[in-house]
Amino acid sequence: MSAAPILQVKNLRKLFPFSSEGIVHRTYTYVHAVDDVSFELGQTEVLGLVGESGCGKSTLALTLLGLETATGGSIYFEGEDITHLKGQPMKELRRHIQMVFQDPYESLNPLMTIGDIVTEPLKVHGLGGDKREVASRVNHALEDAGLNPPEIYKNRFPHELSGGQRQRVVIAGALVLEPTILLADEPVSMLDVSIRAEILNLLADLRNTRGISVLFITHDLATAAYFTDRVAVMYLGRIVEIGPTLEVLNNPAHPYTKALLSVIPVPNPRQRRERIILSGDPPNPVNLPPGCRFHPRCPSAFERCLQDDPINFDLGEGHSVHCWLHDAPVSASNRV
Amino acid sequence: MTEMKSIESRNLHPAMNLRSAPVILDVQHVSVDFVSERQTPAHAVMDLSFMLREGEMLGLVGESGCGKTTLMLSILRLLPAAGRIVSGKIDFFERDLLDLTEAGMNDIRWKNISIIFQGAMNALNPVRTIGDQIKEAIVVHFPRTSKQSLAERIDELLEMVGIGANRKDQYPHQYSGGMRQRAMIAMALACNPQIVIADEPTTALDVMVQAQILELLDNLRHKLGLSVILVTHDLGVVAEICDTVLVMYGGVSAEYADVDSIYNDPRHPYTQQLLKAFPDLSRPKDRLIAIPGYPPQLNALPPGCRFAPRCPQVFERCNIEQPALYQLGPFHQAGCHLLSAS
Repeated sequence: MSAAPILQVKNLRKLFPFSSEGIVHRTYTYVHAVDDVSFELGQTEVLGLVGESGCGKSTLALTLLGLETATGGSIYFEGEDITHLKGQPMKELRRHIQMVFQDPYESLNPLMTIGDIVTEPLKVHGLGGDKREVASRVNHALEDAGLNPPEIYKNRFPHELSGGQRQRVVIAGALVLEPTILLADEPVSMLDVSIRAEILNLLADLRNTRGISVLFITHDLATAAYFTDRVAVMYLGRIVEIGPTLEVLNNPAHPYTKALLSVIPVPNPRQRRERIILSGDPPNPVNLPPGCRFHPRCPSAFERCLQDDPINFDLGEGHSVHCWLHDAPVSASNRV
Repeated sequence: MTEMKSIESRNLHPAMNLRSAPVILDVQHVSVDFVSERQTPAHAVMDLSFMLREGEMLGLVGESGCGKTTLMLSILRLLPAAGRIVSGKIDFFERDLLDLTEAGMNDIRWKNISIIFQGAMNALNPVRTIGDQIKEAIVVHFPRTSKQSLAERIDELLEMVGIGANRKDQYPHQYSGGMRQRAMIAMALACNPQIVIADEPTTALDVMVQAQILELLDNLRHKLGLSVILVTHDLGVVAEICDTVLVMYGGVSAEYADVDSIYNDPRHPYTQQLLKAFPDLSRPKDRLIAIPGYPPQLNALPPGCRFAPRCPQVFERCNIEQPALYQLGPFHQAGCHLLSAS
């Protein structure tokens, strides 16, 4: 990470009100989708956000884009508070933060040509100037997304393209606005294995070719390991561990991270390992357990975890973890 | 929630045991076409052979559209109307399934060979209880089962897949994705089959739930002596639990070997490329290598090797002639012209 972070998230919270009983005595309960999340995204950094479905990673992305309103906390883009932007300033901001969605089979309008699809964002934002400049921007975006030469793709329709090519079109549609940040929400999970690598490599290259920062959201720690600089592991709305990718892979500090790492299939039968399989599913984010939210599934839980929500422990070199095991006196002596 | 941890240690399955186990399914030179009036037939599967021994877990690997599901549906003779098995034999305990009448085949399905369909956990009937749906699977094949033994069997099946009999009266929406997949496995086991075909059983699931389901399948096959065909595109999953692997490409067998040879001595360029394209945590900072291009259209196959247009080691002969399967060891076959010398 160099210089000032481009995106800063501080104690971000997104609660969804849920179920009210009766008309007179209305009682709300809340789904804690994103609960006290803080992190920074550096310039040209690729940060992986990893977690199981329902852990709040997509809600976090939507909140960053202003598509969901934050319940608490703040988001800073290039030092400026953007948490509650609305209207024109919000639209302006979205030029800089673009999203790549999961399913390239559903996120492209089947009636539009590839050229039109990639041109549309420019129209929406009133950018690009005259026809020739628009065309050159669109071509440039298609080229950077690996659709080369652009001319042969521009007049085609989405159904004429393969899954990988479609995802490239989605990426080109984001790039044409020359954003500073790409939020990529499971960009390869719908693609075949042989195609995934090229999309991942493309995203990794964009930081060099365009100086873009990428927030890569995935449930797959193995994929994240390949091209992220840092990785954040989310469990039930909270980042439980964050750190440089290799450091987290080699020295996972949170029991959840350890378990996640242990169950990732290794494509080598000679390396079949001991696996820590957590049983059951993550608990309901409506009624969070008291204490640490991971304790009901945690193989190393002890008394304190049942009562107190763990605080953040700094392990040095940008690696930090929310887990009582790392509270110095405890980890030294009375582990249960 | 109670104390919930399970730490499991795993060993390689001694291939020795497998070699001596009897072959229960022997698929020989099966070809399947999809015909339509206007278009040339699509050769979805061509000249495919493999066998399955008792207790074996075979991984069937390939990209979407490579014919994996078609091959599995052929074994059960459940191909859609346009599908034709044009040649080959499928011997199940030395009886050719392709010679059976429809009634005879009905007797095999579920009692001997059952299948967990792809995405089936979303295919449970939402207005009937899980217990009821398992009951149906049994009653269809054993109509004269008494009420009491039905109830006992349902409880037993649910316990076996780790659901707990107390949840049999619940509806699918009360189950999580992993639980629904367990229910599907219970249904597949309902009539005590010898072979279970699992078509992408963990594709839509999270890593942790995937690990739970794979552990369950692996435990069940050891406990019940099942043979399992695991259809997947995930090479990691295969390496974790399979004994043997069949890699398919464009409807043909690219490579067929024991799991160790596939990963540590892959001989077909497609297998080699596929392994490089797959993220492996033990070498996290390597760059993934994509396979350029995409799989062939099955009704417009290249004249020579089907992988030739994407193959990094292609040479003249590959564009002219289809490669034969070369035997590279007692249990290792690959279909590539590069191997013709050896």
